[in-house]
Amino acid sequence: MSGLALVGHQFRFDQKAFWRNPASVGFTVFFPVLLLVIFGTIFGSSKVEVRGTHVDTDTYYVPAIITMAIISATMQTLAMSLVIAREDGRLKRGRGTPMPAWVFIAGRVGNSIVTAVMMLALLALIGGLAYGVHFPWGRLPEILLVLAIGAAAFSCLGIALTAAIPTQDAAAPIVNFLLLPLYFLSGVFIPDDQLPSGIIHFADVFPIRHFFLAFFDAYVPGGAHVVDWGNLLVVAIWGVAGLLLAIRFFRWTPRSG
Amino acid sequence: MSYGETEAVRGIDLEVASGEIFAFLGPNGAGKTTTVEILEGYRRRTGGEVRVLGEDPEHAGRAWRDRIGIVLQSNSLDPYLTVRESLELYAGYFSHPRSVEETIALVGLEGKADSRARKLSGGQQRRLDVGMALVGDPELLFLDEPTTGFDPSARRQFWDVIESLRELGKTIFLTTHYMDEAQRLADRVTIIAAGRIVAAGTPEDLGEREKAAATIRYRDAAGEEVSIETLDPVRELNLLTSAALENGEELDGLEVTRPSLEDVYLDLTSTAAGE
Repeated sequence: MSGLALVGHQFRFDQKAFWRNPASVGFTVFFPVLLLVIFGTIFGSSKVEVRGTHVDTDTYYVPAIITMAIISATMQTLAMSLVIAREDGRLKRGRGTPMPAWVFIAGRVGNSIVTAVMMLALLALIGGLAYGVHFPWGRLPEILLVLAIGAAAFSCLGIALTAAIPTQDAAAPIVNFLLLPLYFLSGVFIPDDQLPSGIIHFADVFPIRHFFLAFFDAYVPGGAHVVDWGNLLVVAIWGVAGLLLAIRFFRWTPRSG
Repeated sequence: MSYGETEAVRGIDLEVASGEIFAFLGPNGAGKTTTVEILEGYRRRTGGEVRVLGEDPEHAGRAWRDRIGIVLQSNSLDPYLTVRESLELYAGYFSHPRSVEETIALVGLEGKADSRARKLSGGQQRRLDVGMALVGDPELLFLDEPTTGFDPSARRQFWDVIESLRELGKTIFLTTHYMDEAQRLADRVTIIAAGRIVAAGTPEDLGEREKAAATIRYRDAAGEEVSIETLDPVRELNLLTSAALENGEELDGLEVTRPSLEDVYLDLTSTAAGE
């Protein structure tokens, strides 16, 4: 098989394994849906201010939770599944075959990005049907562009993060400990107008805040721009840093045993 | 060959002929996995020369990997893929794979082809592991302690699979810490202990050692236990029994024992480890 055909081959089986694994489906698919339903139901149709724009709470939460779902499908899924496969010896075993390393990684990243697109569709659909937040079809190219840059960057960060996770048991706690607080601090779970500016300045250091803002701009009409290149650039820089760290520190052999 | 601070193995000199089953036998921590990982190209050596299928594994590429199959010491399966899917996935990695159905039959998993790996028993998982190494139709197969932790019937089933590979003419490099496994499967055995080779030969050769020394035990007239180690038990017994007959004595509890192959192995490996 040629390299690209082999990526497709790898991807096909990664997708099967992903959808059969209750942990990955639970974390990546059901959790964001649950959060959207909870936030949408509790906060109803009050108004919030995000990026200087006054919008319905639901209009804020749909793109916010999609942001979270994209990060979950990429960074979280990759960090956890790669650590589990590494400690199982599956990565080491794969390296013992003629399959090139990049094919394996590309298959996994492809799996994550496809899952991210599915989550965009699912959450946008729920947002439209349950909360009347209609999908901005005219902005589809911009939305997909922001998604692609974010998904690529957070995939790199997820692969890099595996180097900091020593065991299978440590994977979920480390990933959640990093991501969950940042979702709150970055205005993904709590709207901007309720966050002290000091917290927002802190969150500005990390890529989640910038990705959320870029995605919000693309999704919600009324802002200053559709594509916010400044925020996307920060996300991309984080992605490149993740890529370099991943190239330097990613390992194929188990750390334990 | 060494890694980290301590030298794990040294002065190991092996040659494995094409088409043979070669057993690399030794207790845990003897250096078997270090050696096999150097041969598989996973580990760098600090010295020495290694050629596997004509290439140095440290620098060998995809074409070389296309000709080998590797079964690691622990199972490395995707728990959510079925037997057939796992084999299809691996078949895609190789340029001339064996048919998936044929491989399923070869490892005796016909009844489990559509079961997910996580639902298989330990022995079945191990056979799937071997199937994933075989589906690329390799010339050379590495098996690192394939039956550790198996119950006797699972071990026997596994041995049958390996026997059928012999008929296919595969070269197999098997590491094990079970003497009986090496004896049952291997054409040639090399015993390693504490990083050095302590014995090498066919299982029969190593068996010769048992003929080498025998122990004669009996109780003398005073009721004392006597034990004589001898290389020539026939002559020794003849002397002993003639003397006893002449003197009208009994040789109570007379027995001649030889060390089993297991004893030879334990003796060899414990001597080396005690150095």
